[in-house]
Amino acid sequence: MAGFSTFQNMKYTITTILFLIASSALARGTYQEPKDFLNNIFKNNPPAIKKMWITGKTREVVTEILQHKPSRLRVNYWQKGSRSVWILDEIGKEQPVTAGIVINNGKIERVKVLIFRESRGDEIRHPFFVKQFSQAALNKQLQLDHSIDGISGATLSVRALTKLSRLALYLSQQIKP
Amino acid sequence: MFKLRNQALLAFMLSTPLLSQAATSLQQEVDTLKNQNKMMMERLDATIETLDMMGSKNSGHGSKGKTTLGGYGELHYNNLTGDKKEIDFHRFVLFVGHEFSKDIRFFSELELEHSIAGEGKAGEIELEQGFIEFDLNKTTRAKAGLFLIPVGVVNETHEPNNFYGTERNPVEKNIVPATWWEAGAALNGEISEGLSYDLAFTSGLDLSTKNKVRDGRKKVAKARANSPMITGRIKYTAIPGLELATTLLNINDYTQGQGTINAATMIEAHAVYKSGAFGLTALYANWDVKGKPTGYDKQTGWYVEPSYKFSPKIGIFARYNKYDNQAGTAGPGNTSKQQTDIGVNFWPHEDVVIKVDFQTQDNADSKNQNGFNMAIGYQF
Repeated sequence: MAGFSTFQNMKYTITTILFLIASSALARGTYQEPKDFLNNIFKNNPPAIKKMWITGKTREVVTEILQHKPSRLRVNYWQKGSRSVWILDEIGKEQPVTAGIVINNGKIERVKVLIFRESRGDEIRHPFFVKQFSQAALNKQLQLDHSIDGISGATLSVRALTKLSRLALYLSQQIKP
Repeated sequence: MFKLRNQALLAFMLSTPLLSQAATSLQQEVDTLKNQNKMMMERLDATIETLDMMGSKNSGHGSKGKTTLGGYGELHYNNLTGDKKEIDFHRFVLFVGHEFSKDIRFFSELELEHSIAGEGKAGEIELEQGFIEFDLNKTTRAKAGLFLIPVGVVNETHEPNNFYGTERNPVEKNIVPATWWEAGAALNGEISEGLSYDLAFTSGLDLSTKNKVRDGRKKVAKARANSPMITGRIKYTAIPGLELATTLLNINDYTQGQGTINAATMIEAHAVYKSGAFGLTALYANWDVKGKPTGYDKQTGWYVEPSYKFSPKIGIFARYNKYDNQAGTAGPGNTSKQQTDIGVNFWPHEDVVIKVDFQTQDNADSKNQNGFNMAIGYQF
């Protein structure tokens, strides 16, 4: 009887899961659209988009930071005064994480995970985690000047976001006045 | 006088229709080149946009570039007393994933253990994961298929770069028992920021002819499915660097219809804390296998592992493990096993690891394997 009861429970639960799958609005992963992030940062008046070429010496350094060749030839950014905003992608385990990173006077002002596509590790989007990046700068070894404590089971996502933060700091140093 | 004459001659020449026609032609050529240059720049922009899009969003293979390939592997060398001196390509694993849509994806893990599989060979080919996952909303996912049971530290995340020591710890291997997968359906979701749950309904252990929980894994190979298993996990990760998790698991009939109905339940709890260079992992697991004779009704173990990273490339660890597969009161006396490990991991690249570690055992049966192990591992 006990086995039959458990079987009934299992059947009920699987039916519930299938019902949820069928009835839910499938929408996970996009936590903020990039344009909304820009509007939020620049108070609904974002500056014109700029493009930075990832070539020559810049490409070499970007390759060192990412530990692989960059997938883009140019990177978009938005600049107003001492602030620049970078919307960048990097693969965690299989899929790219898209992050918006605000740099102000050579330090990170804000990191926000905009789109997360992996099946595990999305805890990196939470404020308790990303606030660790606040005020981080780049040292001479192209590392952040303070350590970031990871999330167990989200190692590759944490690594991707840390690389993007270092990348945004480095690229902001390459903006020509 | 000579200069004046030249200027007059030039003025004359410019005024001729022939030269005027040449200048017009030159201007037309410049305009054509400007237009061509503009068109080329537009085409270059479009090409770069396309290349960037391909690079960032469709970096995979297969239909529409939505199929991804990954993997990991590890070669081990053991030099231990008890005549265990062997070299073994322990695991060669390929991950294949496919994104059907933004919210529905497939993931698989296919493993070749011990290099050669087949009749009379030491190795085997195993499907360790093969499931479809659905995003239900921003915080909830469901999956169905063959997947890893949400329990312990290494069961779900076991790429060699992610743990210390050549071999996975013996407590999770013999008590959890990792690596452990079953087939069924599961829900995963967030209760609040950094607090998540897993609930899985799957096939379960079959201990009808076996005593140790590790031997009850049927690996979803024509496995009897009379009595399902229910697994629940709560995980807290709201403080960076800290993970606290506990798993409860129940099978109503661990004989899968082959004997007297008896239940098996397991509780596992662990803490992982990594702050800067310092790390500490501790785990406890206990099985209550009702009705099993000779002490197999209680199978239990724990370990604690401090570690320290001198840099992102090098780290050291120590681990104390204690477990007992016959810890019940009706057991044949002291059957516990203890193992102490110390060692070093070296990561020449973030996805490549070289390991050396020493182990000493203090087993109640005195069948100790002491010595050292080495490994090289990778993931991509």
